[in-house]
Amino acid sequence: MNKVHMDFPILKRLVKAGKHLIYLDSAATSQKPLVVIDAMDAYYKEMNANIHRGVHALAEEATQAYESARMRIGDFIGVKDPREIIFTKNTTESINLVAKTWARQALGKDDLIILTPMEHHSNLVPWQILAAEKDLELDFIDLTPDGLLDLNCYERLLERKPKLVAFTHMSNVLGTINPVKEMISMAHQAGSVTLLDAAQSVPHMSVNMKELDVDFAAFSAHKMCGPTGIGILYGKAELLSGMPVFLGGGDMIKKVALRSFQPNDLPHKFEAGTPPIAEAIGFGVAVDYLSGIGMDQIAAYERELTAYAIERLEEVPGVTVYGPKVEDRGGLVSFTLEGIHPHDVAQILDGEGIAIRAGHHCAMPLHQNLGITASSRASFYLYNTRADVDALVDGLYKVNKVFH
Amino acid sequence: MDDLYREIIVDRYKNPRFKGTIQGGNVNFEDENPLCGDQIRIDLKVDEFGTIVEAAYDGHGCAISQASADLLLESVIGKNVEIVKKMTKQDILDMLGIELGPVRLKCALLPLKVIKAGIYGLKAADDSLVDD
Ligand SMILES: Cc1ncc(COP(=O)(O)O)c(C=O)c1O
Repeated sequence: MNKVHMDFPILKRLVKAGKHLIYLDSAATSQKPLVVIDAMDAYYKEMNANIHRGVHALAEEATQAYESARMRIGDFIGVKDPREIIFTKNTTESINLVAKTWARQALGKDDLIILTPMEHHSNLVPWQILAAEKDLELDFIDLTPDGLLDLNCYERLLERKPKLVAFTHMSNVLGTINPVKEMISMAHQAGSVTLLDAAQSVPHMSVNMKELDVDFAAFSAHKMCGPTGIGILYGKAELLSGMPVFLGGGDMIKKVALRSFQPNDLPHKFEAGTPPIAEAIGFGVAVDYLSGIGMDQIAAYERELTAYAIERLEEVPGVTVYGPKVEDRGGLVSFTLEGIHPHDVAQILDGEGIAIRAGHHCAMPLHQNLGITASSRASFYLYNTRADVDALVDGLYKVNKVFH
Repeated sequence: MDDLYREIIVDRYKNPRFKGTIQGGNVNFEDENPLCGDQIRIDLKVDEFGTIVEAAYDGHGCAISQASADLLLESVIGKNVEIVKKMTKQDILDMLGIELGPVRLKCALLPLKVIKAGIYGLKAADDSLVDD
């Protein structure tokens, strides 16, 4: 792992005052290895064509590359059937797709959706929109004081026979990794469908959708060494095939007449219009890259780095670290510095070349729950090192000095 | 080291002169910057000639937004509201003595936006109030 950072050209760049970039914002978006950038470049230089339509050589090559990426991404999450791997724009679009098709058809007045207070806005607002439209009820699993989901509360909520339980695999603020396998099985016993926001988990650990037996799952390429503009919706084929279509247009149809159309087979039924082809190819190379290193290795490395970060952060006067114990969390740490706004913290660190996130991280309700309006977050990926953590801690001492 | 955090900004943030409330305020407005949760409420006492005779603010947020509020109020006391209506982004930056990127500019300009919205008696503050 100690040479991995050399695969990422951006990490060589200098930022403020000639300082080396120390990138601690991978939970927002990860950096990209050269192999991914090169693959997308090569597509435009050598293969560019629209897919699923032409019969010429380029179109065939491009279609093959696009579909091969789908297979490899499926493999990466334990899914062999390409019909279950839908390319979308990102996690947000994947969740909205389920809300606007499956849920819109399957749920009606007074039906219950169970969520958690640690959801990113993308797994909250689509359900709020649907709830307003269909007169649904939303309820939330309580958090324990150390930032875990209260499973007793979950059990009680399940007695009310929800139609859907949707939750994040890993919180992008607390870092909590939820016991999703158990939660999915409990939901199924109660007769509910499940949706997993895997935006923060699939990039950082080995996730097998078939072992989890989850019904829907969503994640984004850009958080896992891939490009922006592309994500995945995984869905069980039997659910996807019964669902109404999402966007209408080219590619998603089998036949069109003036007043009617017949939808295409899976997965194309949900991929209307020309997709992000270069991005799909880049995404395929990103999962190859991650598999080459090993997801278990990455998870273990990040855990060790996070433990070190928490230990070092807690020695800085005025620091409060949020979230559970290291055993229950992934590679990020949110914290506040007493008397200093997170934006001021981030700005002073930026002057040292250190990039962290400050704000509500698209989780305003969770911050309310913690009793703060904003926090600072350092998030790690395979290319970060202990030296990055040391630089962060030195930077925080400087912040304290500026504000004495 | 950090030009942005000039002593004046940290000092005003930590030891504000105009933070609190006033009796008999007749112009007040409150707004927030949802991006970072900065929040500012400004109360003014304006006499029959339109002169600001007393001013106070309350709120929370980053050092830039809070220092900007404190410096702004110091500069407007004794002035006519018509002069405040004409204040610009540049006036605020001159007061703070720093250059700011687009994100932090919003923090710095929030107090000016709030005071103008209050003076104009608006229901909602608008970014056009602080565009030059
Ligand atoms: C837990 C979680 N869910 C969803 C998202 C949204 O991802 P995207 O913006 O790629 O749709 C994010 C990313 O910020 C996230 O951290």
